[in-house]
Amino acid sequence: MLALAPDASSRKAGSKLGAAGPWSEAGSCDEGTVWGLCKGSGSKPYQTVVDIADAAGPAYKCSCPSRKFPCKHALGLLLLWAGGDGVVTSAQPPDWAGEWIEGRRKRATEKRAAGAAGSSSGSGDPEAARRRAERRAERVTAGATELEQRLTDLVRGGLAGAEQAGYGLWEETAARMVDAQASGLAARVRELGAVPASGPGWPVRLLEECALLHLLDQGWLRREQLPEGLAATVRSRIGLSASPDGPPVRDRWLVLAQYDTADARLTTRRIWLYGAESTRTVLLLSYGAAGRAPELALPVGLALDAEVAAYPGAGQLRAALGEQFAPPVPATSRPPGVTPAQAADRYGTALRDDPWLDSVPVTLDRVVPTPDGDSWQLADADGDQALPLTPAARSRPGLWRLVALSGGAPVKVFGECGHRGFTPLTAWPEGPGEAVRLC
Amino acid sequence: MNSTSAPAGSPVANVWEELVTAALLGTERRTPPGSAPGREAPVALLDAAAVETVRRRAGLRPGRAARRPEPAARDPRPPLPAAAARRLSMLLADRPGAGGGGRRGAAPDLMELLPQWLAAANTRGFAAPPEMLPALLDAARGRTDLRPAALAFAGQRAVWLARLNPEWRFALRATPGGGTALPAPEDTDSVQQLWQEGLFAERVALLAAIRAREPAAARDLLATTWATERAEDRLMFLDSLRTGLAAEDEPFLEQALSDRSRNVRATAAELLSALPGSALAARMAVRAGACVAVDHTGDAPALTVEAPHECDASMERDGVVPKAPAGRGERSWWFGQLVESTPLTTWSGRLGGRTPEEIVALPVADDWQSELHAAWCRAAVRQRDADWARALLGAPEAPEAGGPGAVSLAERAKLLGTLGSGERAEWVAGFISAHGLSEAFQLLGVCAVPWAAPLGRAVVDALNIARDAGSYPWSFSGVMGLAERCLDPSEVSRLDGLLAVPDETEDASPGAGGYWAEAFQRLVTTLRLRAAMTEELGAPLGRG
Repeated sequence: MLALAPDASSRKAGSKLGAAGPWSEAGSCDEGTVWGLCKGSGSKPYQTVVDIADAAGPAYKCSCPSRKFPCKHALGLLLLWAGGDGVVTSAQPPDWAGEWIEGRRKRATEKRAAGAAGSSSGSGDPEAARRRAERRAERVTAGATELEQRLTDLVRGGLAGAEQAGYGLWEETAARMVDAQASGLAARVRELGAVPASGPGWPVRLLEECALLHLLDQGWLRREQLPEGLAATVRSRIGLSASPDGPPVRDRWLVLAQYDTADARLTTRRIWLYGAESTRTVLLLSYGAAGRAPELALPVGLALDAEVAAYPGAGQLRAALGEQFAPPVPATSRPPGVTPAQAADRYGTALRDDPWLDSVPVTLDRVVPTPDGDSWQLADADGDQALPLTPAARSRPGLWRLVALSGGAPVKVFGECGHRGFTPLTAWPEGPGEAVRLC
Repeated sequence: MNSTSAPAGSPVANVWEELVTAALLGTERRTPPGSAPGREAPVALLDAAAVETVRRRAGLRPGRAARRPEPAARDPRPPLPAAAARRLSMLLADRPGAGGGGRRGAAPDLMELLPQWLAAANTRGFAAPPEMLPALLDAARGRTDLRPAALAFAGQRAVWLARLNPEWRFALRATPGGGTALPAPEDTDSVQQLWQEGLFAERVALLAAIRAREPAAARDLLATTWATERAEDRLMFLDSLRTGLAAEDEPFLEQALSDRSRNVRATAAELLSALPGSALAARMAVRAGACVAVDHTGDAPALTVEAPHECDASMERDGVVPKAPAGRGERSWWFGQLVESTPLTTWSGRLGGRTPEEIVALPVADDWQSELHAAWCRAAVRQRDADWARALLGAPEAPEAGGPGAVSLAERAKLLGTLGSGERAEWVAGFISAHGLSEAFQLLGVCAVPWAAPLGRAVVDALNIARDAGSYPWSFSGVMGLAERCLDPSEVSRLDGLLAVPDETEDASPGAGGYWAEAFQRLVTTLRLRAAMTEELGAPLGRG
C-alpha cells in the first residue's frame, strides 16, 4: 500500500494516519470505494475518498490543501482499510463521497465510449494529420543532420577536446534536438555531456555512445530502406510518439517490479509485468509531473487478470495496460529463471532487434549475491559464472536488502541485465516467502 | 559484464583499441583503421565504431564468480506474523531524516515505539524478516539505546551482514567474540586456549559469559593469569566480577586490594564494600562508627558527626581516595567514603537499636545532615538495601520530597531502583499526586513499563490538572512522551473525555486548549497503536 506514496515523507505521514485515532465515519462499499473523515489541524475534518475499483489504478479525492498526490490522508485511509480492524465498516457511501464516485464512473464510461469511437473513425482530418506528420519528420531530419555534423566535427577534432568543452556544449546541442522535436536524441545527447566526468575509461564510453547516436541518426535518415519493425524501433528511439497497435493479450500478469526515476521536469514510472501463460515480459510506462507520483500504481507481488497491447517496434517491450477483468490478487507463482550465462545471451540476442538497447529484463534463478572487491556480483549457485552489478546498483539500499535476504544462500532475482551489468529490482527467497522489492 | 568473447590482444580487440585512439586524438591527426584520410574519415570511424560497439556488447559473457560468502546460520526462530512484519516495516520507515521533521501534531511518534515492539517480539521469540535487517541495523546504528534489543531480534544473520558492511561494525563489537561462537564453559580445553591466546575483546566476552553461568569458574580462570595481565586489562577483568558478586569472591578481591595499580585497588574496594559480610566492610564500619554518635544532652536526641582527621595508610589500602576534589573539605570527603562503604545493617546496633526510619528522622548537628544522608543513599543503592532506601525516600507526599531536600531527585530515582516495581510505582504515583509533574520525569523513568494502574491514573490526572491550569502542553512534552510509551493501552478509555477542545478560559495561554486536545489525541492514537502492535504479535510464548 505504501508503494502508492509519491515520496518518503508522504509514506511516513500516511503510515501514521493508518490508525483509528483521527478517523471517523470511515466506511467502504463492495464496489471498491473507501471513505472517511480525518481530523486535521483545522476545525472541519478532511473528507477523503479512494476509488480502488478502476482498472487504471486507484483514484483519490481529499478536501485537504496538500498538493501531493495521493495525499497522506488517502494513504492513511487505505492503510486503515487494509488493516481491517473494524474501524472501516461496510456501508452505503455518504452524499459527499457518493457524488464524486458517481461523477467519476460516468466520466470513465464516457471516456471509454469516446475512445472506442475515436479509434474506429480516426482523429480529425486524415489529410491534415499526414501533413503534420510530414512537417515533423522534416524537423527531425534537420535535427539529425545537424547532430551528425556535430559528431563528425567531434571525431575529427578528437574526443580529448570534449573533456575541456564540458557540459554546456552538449546542453546546447540537446536544446537544439528538443527544438527539432526529437526528444530521444535530446536525452541521449544530454547523457553524452556527463560521460567525460564519469571516471576512468570515459573515452571508450564516449565513443560507444557517439557511435550509437550516429547509428540512430543514420537509421532515421535511411528509414525508408529499413524493415518495418526496425524502422518503428528507430522512430521510437528518436522520440516520436506512437500508440499501441499490437493485439490485446489477456493473461495473468505478475507485477515484477515498479520503480520511478525523476528529473527536474518529469517522474517516469516503469512497471515490469510477466505473463504467466504467454511467458512475455512487458513494460508499462507512466508519467507524472515533477513531484507527483504517476497515477498508475501496481505494487510488486500482485497478479492481475488483464489485457495489454504492445507498442510498435522490433525488440520493444513497452505495452499499454488495457482492460482489467478482476481486481489484482496476491501472486501465487514466481517467474521462471535462467542462469547468468543465459541472461547474457538474452541481452546479446535482443541487440539484434534493437542495437540501442541498454538492458533486458531477466529473472535469474539460484544466484548468490557475492562481494567481489569493492563491487558485487550475482554468482551462479551451481556454476562458476557471475554477472557483476551495475555501479548504480552497488550504491542503492536495495543491495543490502538483497544480501540480507540471501544470507549466502541462492535466491531468485528479477532485474535488468545489460552492458553495464545487472540491476536487481526484485528478489524471492529460496524457500517460501513474498517478493522483496529492491528498488 | 567483465569480458567479451574476444580476448585482449586478438586482432578484433586491436581494431577497437585503434578506433578509440583515433577518436581520442581526432581523425585530423590519426587515420582510423580501414579508411582513407580526408573528409569522410570521421564518418567511416563512427560507422566502424558503431559496428564494434554492438558487436562487443552482443559478445559480453558473464565473468568468473568470486569466492562466495560463507552462508549465514539458519535462524531457528519462527517467522513473524504477516501483520507484525508490516508493522515493523512501518516503524522502521519512520526514521528521523526520512523527511518531515518539525512539529508532531496529533500523529504518533513511531520511532519511539520501536524499542517496545522489539522487546515484545523478543519475548515471543520471533525471527526477524531478513530483508528488514538493513533498516533495523541502520536504526540501531543511529541509536545506541536500541542496539541490544535490535541485535537480539536481528540474530546471527545481522552479524553475518555486519561483516560485509563496515557501517554496521557496531554489531560485531556488541556481539561477544565478533560473532564467532564462544566455547561452552564445560569445554575447558577450548576455554583455556581462548583465554590464553584470544584477543582482549574475546577474552572479556569469554569471562563475562562464564561469569554469567558459573561465577566461581570465571574467578578461577581469571586467577590463573592475574599476575601477568596488564593493569588496564586487570581493571576490565575485575569489573566483570560485578555480575554475580558473592561472598566467595572476597579472598580474591581482598588480595586485589594490594594491587600495583590504584584503579584496580579502588575497584576491588568498591566491590568488597558491596559485600556487607566482608572484612573490608567490617573495617569500614568500625571507622565510620567512630565518627557518628547519638547526643542526648539536648532536648531531643540528635546525631553528632566527628569526621576523621587523617586518611591513614590502612584507609587508603581499603580504597579511600585521600585527595578531595576541588571545593570539598578533606575531612568530609573521607567521611563520606567511610559511610558509603559501611554496611547499613550495622547502624541500628550502633545507634541505640533504632530502625532505619528512626535513624533518618534524627536531627544531625552542625550541618552534617546532607553529607551523612547522601552517603547513606549511596550505600543503600550500592548494597541494594530496600529498608534503608524506603527510610531515605520518606513519604512521597512529604513536603520536602518536592523541594530541595537532603535527597536529590537523581538520588531518589536510584533509591527507587532498589524497591520492587509495585512499590516503586505506588511511591511515584503518590509523589505526582502531591507535587505534580514538573519534577516527575526522572522518577517516571525508573518505573516498570507498562505503568501500573495507580501510577497511570496519577499521571493522567496530573496532566488534566496541568491543562486546566492553562499552560501549554509542551511544558510537559517529556512526560507526555513517556506516557505515550509507558501508559497501559487498556487505560485508553479513561482519556476519551480529554480529546475535545475545551472552552478557553481567561487566564489560559492563547490556543493552549487546542494544543492539549492534539497532544491527548496523539496519546490516544499511540496507545491504540501499541495495543494493535501487541495483538499482532500474539500471546507471549513460553520459552523452550
